[in-house]
Amino acid sequence: MSSHGKPSAANLASAEHIRNNPKFKELVAKRNAFAWTLSVIMLAIYFGFILIIAFNKAWLGTLLSSAGVTTIGFPIGVGVILSAIALTGIYVYRANGEFDEMNRQIIEESR
Amino acid sequence: MKMTKTAIASTLAFGGMALLATAALAAGADMGNAQKQETNWHAIIMFVIFVGATLGITYWAAGRTKTAADFYAAGGGITGFQNGLAIAGDYMSAASFLGISALVYGSGYDGLIFSVGWLVGWPIILFLIAERLRNLGKYTFADVCGYRLARTPIRTFAATGSLIVVIFYLIGQMVGAGQLIKLLFGMDYLYAVIVVGALMMIYVTFGGMVATTWVQIIKACLLLGGATFIALGVMYNFGFSFEKLFVKAIEVHPKKVAIMAPGALVTNPVDAISLGMALMFGTAGLPHILMRFFTVPDAREARKSVFYATGFIGYFYILTFIIGFGAITLVATNPEYLAKGLGSLDLKGGNNMAAVWLAHAIGGNLFLGFISAVAFATILAVVSGLTLAGASAISHDLYASVIMHGQATEGKEVTVSKISSIALGIVAVLLGLIFEKQNVAFIVALTFSVAASANFPVLILSMFWGGLTTRGAVLGGMIGLLMSVIMVVLSKAVWVQSFGFKEALFPFAYPALFSVPAAFFFSWLFSIMDNSPQAQAERAAYEAQSIRSETGLGAEGAASH
Repeated sequence: MSSHGKPSAANLASAEHIRNNPKFKELVAKRNAFAWTLSVIMLAIYFGFILIIAFNKAWLGTLLSSAGVTTIGFPIGVGVILSAIALTGIYVYRANGEFDEMNRQIIEESR
Repeated sequence: MKMTKTAIASTLAFGGMALLATAALAAGADMGNAQKQETNWHAIIMFVIFVGATLGITYWAAGRTKTAADFYAAGGGITGFQNGLAIAGDYMSAASFLGISALVYGSGYDGLIFSVGWLVGWPIILFLIAERLRNLGKYTFADVCGYRLARTPIRTFAATGSLIVVIFYLIGQMVGAGQLIKLLFGMDYLYAVIVVGALMMIYVTFGGMVATTWVQIIKACLLLGGATFIALGVMYNFGFSFEKLFVKAIEVHPKKVAIMAPGALVTNPVDAISLGMALMFGTAGLPHILMRFFTVPDAREARKSVFYATGFIGYFYILTFIIGFGAITLVATNPEYLAKGLGSLDLKGGNNMAAVWLAHAIGGNLFLGFISAVAFATILAVVSGLTLAGASAISHDLYASVIMHGQATEGKEVTVSKISSIALGIVAVLLGLIFEKQNVAFIVALTFSVAASANFPVLILSMFWGGLTTRGAVLGGMIGLLMSVIMVVLSKAVWVQSFGFKEALFPFAYPALFSVPAAFFFSWLFSIMDNSPQAQAERAAYEAQSIRSETGLGAEGAASH
């Protein structure tokens, strides 16, 4: 590859091409919106959990059913872990499918 | 059984580094007090088998490690699935296995809070960082920061940040390794630290990233397999009913029903949030983790590897939780494992032995040996990854880019990496010996705080904000670095517990809530105040950078393979 930081003339030419390609704008807008939405969801879930611990611990000790001993905190805690896995899965599914395909077309058209 | 007879432990011991949080918040796990045990032959035999296998792999890898790309990034030839396992192997330290299960054993629900904190950094890394990092960089995250900013200052800063993080993390791992081996193998601390240092030097120097990756993969499989077996054994005892497990645990545990909800571990909202920030953003600033995005062929595989890693790590933390509760029910009820008899939770060898004794309760001596060997293997894998990241910072960022101005030959660069690995190994052993009796909680607090406050903001801004200039990045990052170090030193863990002053000057355990925003703010401030021609050129270069970071154009085939 060309050395770092200094894009070669050929790269600059295709960069110019890409910038003017409406598909590029569409990809960037779509992917960024998607990535930030998922990030905000993850941050909200996690810091929501942390804030409950910080300000209302007792609520997490509420029993799931009056007959048992399992508290609501367990499904919530495990839920945070599972949501992290699910969100990464959702992102990878869409990025490796739809976004990669758009990206491939953009690079193809820039040559 | 043999091992237990001489084991009388006083305090929470070695696993404490993952208890970083615990330790810093609950004021202090002392890692220096692990008691030496009788020689554990089962564990030693298992461990010798592991070492033999990994040395074989290193020999094989050495033949395939010729170019710099092979050395730093395994030639980019690792698949997403393999890389996901290796990331998990890098991330699931012995401390998080023994430490979190011990934490659950001691405090129940509180343990879960920490597992969650360790995990949720991953999705954020994937959504915001992984792809751009992969598209812009070659081997290290300094490649990304230095993409359009002035080479010398930014690389020097990024490499320094990496090295500080790597060295502190290494100290924590070395001290943990020494204590662990003293407990599990009955070997002297001195020899334990030397064995770890020597093996890691061999893996990294001869086998580079190929060997390091495979050590991590094997270890991840062993750890996941072993933990699964213990968890299944626990659930089998309770007819696979969590309700029955919890009922028994509440009956046995001195804290009774309190173990079912968050307790005393997190009391202060500022610490809770600050800890959350340090864990989450610190992960995204760990150089040995970021380096793993360059070992795969393209962005597509990089994404997959984060998904697999998140899955494995999440699954593992759910297991540690079952293991902790299992230990309450099966270990704390058996006087054979207890230091003070029934009714007390104190375990022989310290409470970090919870998972190890549980392994014995479920699978006997041989399985205990297996789990001990896995715990040791785990440390080896983690220190190898760290050493490689540190060596890359020295050879790729400092030597090749800063000193040789990008004119170094590949061969020279690889030689410098190997020398750096050996030097780092020696430094790690020496620091491990010096810090033997130290409370390392603050070291780990420092590691994550520095990673979150110095590396993370500069990395994020350099990728997302075209206005960032060299001056802003270096000054802002330095402020984050200094603030995090100073605040940790002035906090209770160091100022009171290590230096013996009466009152902590910084009232909280973690600086991240203050130092991370400060780093962002000052990077921004010094950038907008910078109107030099160089700064204008740097801003102008952002567009080309963003096109590359979005599409990967020019990055395809980045590493010459």
